[in-house]
Amino acid sequence: MEILHFDIAAPVPAGGTRAMALVGVVASGNLEVLVERGDAPDRCAIEISTAAHGFRDLWDAVVADFVGRRAAGGLRIAINDGGARPDTVSLRLAQGVRMIEEPEA
Amino acid sequence: MSNIRQSWYEAGARERIAALVDPRSFAEFVGPECRETSPHLGIFDLPAQFDDGIVVGSGSIVGTPVLVAAQEGRFMGGAFGEVHGAKLTGLLRAAKALARDVVIAFDTGGVRLQEANAGEIAIAEIMRAATEARIAGVRVVGLIGGRAGCYGGGGLIAGCCSTLIVSEQGRISVTGPEVIETNKGVEEFDSRDRALVWRTMGGKHRTLIGGADMFVDDDAMAFREAARAALARPARLDIDTLVAEQARLERRIAQFGEMPDASDIWRSLGIDDPQAIPDMPATGFATIVAQYRESADDAR
Repeated sequence: MEILHFDIAAPVPAGGTRAMALVGVVASGNLEVLVERGDAPDRCAIEISTAAHGFRDLWDAVVADFVGRRAAGGLRIAINDGGARPDTVSLRLAQGVRMIEEPEA
Repeated sequence: MSNIRQSWYEAGARERIAALVDPRSFAEFVGPECRETSPHLGIFDLPAQFDDGIVVGSGSIVGTPVLVAAQEGRFMGGAFGEVHGAKLTGLLRAAKALARDVVIAFDTGGVRLQEANAGEIAIAEIMRAATEARIAGVRVVGLIGGRAGCYGGGGLIAGCCSTLIVSEQGRISVTGPEVIETNKGVEEFDSRDRALVWRTMGGKHRTLIGGADMFVDDDAMAFREAARAALARPARLDIDTLVAEQARLERRIAQFGEMPDASDIWRSLGIDDPQAIPDMPATGFATIVAQYRESADDAR
């Protein structure tokens, strides 16, 4: 298992009041994304656990794109990866941020 | 709640619970934020899931407080591991202590091969906890209509439930199609013959021979309504129940044991046109069930 950590500047803070959001499932070509609130409102911390070794550069690009496009400030994100493609990862990250902004169901 | 029909088969574990319980009534125990993941999968360089493939908690169904569990069939085929099993064991023990009914949405291929010993022990612990809860008067209602069906140890646990609710897509068995074919040959069981698999292990056959109690459409609201009805049934498990069921199962072997195909069993139950059963909608099938079903004894 390769564990990757990213802690990057995220100028736009996440909205909503939910403490947690969970999207996706650990299955082939899929991943689960657990979104929680972190400490610094202008940072986004992401931890990725993946069995597909050697893709740090790709994850770096996907994560940078995500933080540039979405309101991800103040979030702490944990990912269990089942070998998802970058587009699926982007989709799940966007779903996770959207879900934590929603009012409690 | 929307009026759009939601497929139980297509839904994930969390969506099933959301559809099953009253809005805003669900409280999860040992949720994903606890990161109570499998201690075994990492050894095989396999990714864990934060809830280990099962969601457990409390909620209410049309006002009746229940404990509820749902397996995630897409994570490792919904298979039982150490943590996954412990969560269900704990829920069933809590059910006995709180005298509260339990609803379990099964979606499982059985025990995870990577943590086989822990998983097998978990199955035994769950069966014991379910039986002890039932003797104490708790209802344990099983819902089966997922992608993975209910196989292996999941099939054994289902056998310990007070009521089983099943859809056409739900399959219940201990040994799955591929395992039978591997061990006994394709002449014995062709696992790629989908019609044969569903005819032998599917919801309709299980209902007709008394292996499942209620048949529903692949509709989350139909499962919720059936669960509500199952929670209103008398809860009784004693030695008389088991003796009666043992006698029924002995009669079943004597009556059907030599028959090569499920459709032969349906014909011998008195059904005129057994070939029509697989394509029959739930409403028409309900009429057949009411007339011809082998009645079970809240045990199977």
